[in-house]
Amino acid sequence: MRPEPPNPELLKWAIVAVIVTATTAGELLQALGMRHQGEIHDFRPDALGSVGAALVRDRYIIASFCAMAVSFFAFMSLVSVADLSFAVPATAASYVFETILAKYVLGEHVAWKRWAGASLVACGVALLSI
Amino acid sequence: MSRPSVTPGASRLKFKTRVFTAIVVLSNVLGNFSLTYGMKRVGRLVSLSPLAYLEALFNPWVTLGVLLLILWTLSHMALLSWADLSYVLPVTAIGYVLVTLAGWAFLDEQISAARAAGIVLIVSGVALVGTTPLSTFRGTEKRR
Repeated sequence: MRPEPPNPELLKWAIVAVIVTATTAGELLQALGMRHQGEIHDFRPDALGSVGAALVRDRYIIASFCAMAVSFFAFMSLVSVADLSFAVPATAASYVFETILAKYVLGEHVAWKRWAGASLVACGVALLSI
Repeated sequence: MSRPSVTPGASRLKFKTRVFTAIVVLSNVLGNFSLTYGMKRVGRLVSLSPLAYLEALFNPWVTLGVLLLILWTLSHMALLSWADLSYVLPVTAIGYVLVTLAGWAFLDEQISAARAAGIVLIVSGVALVGTTPLSTFRGTEKRR
């Protein structure tokens, strides 16, 4: 028989840390991969099929799926031990990291409106988890 | 001659973005809700064994949640093919508001004053980012 974790709060936040790290890496890699792909114009099944075939060979997309899988299974664990309204907002710390990385790694122009908007969202999300 | 402020291409892109944002948000909210509802029935699951997670997938609510989250991933990827990550992230955060409201309506979770304030802040942030250009990265065309 496995011993129960000594501190359920600590366990919850440890899972949150795994989710935030994996989600940040996953979304950044996904954005890089989709930028390589370019704008999807044609939504007919055959056109989407060829986009899909190109995407499954893109190393950024493959890496992003691995990171997202870790994030997903960690999220499944989290919702089995915590409320949905704790789980979703608590994992949103990845917002802040992702906006910073979008500027410095993806080279996006993050104007004051975006910083202000992202900060309002981050504060709002923090309040939701109280 | 001055250029019109909204070109047909720009308004088409704006419409496409709205449709995909709605799909991203709804599939995420419904997917998370369904997954949580199912996981509450499966019971506590903190394990490093993939088998334990595969077993949980046989719960129909978990299956539905996973299918919706696959739709979420695909629509999110499509959105990122033409819009900035720093645009998509805050705008799709409106989903947190819907998750909180769904938790309150269907899972008997409480909305405190702090959570209500959080909802107001998120809606303001989403509205602010919604006024910024979709893509600021030059060179979004396909690279080889």
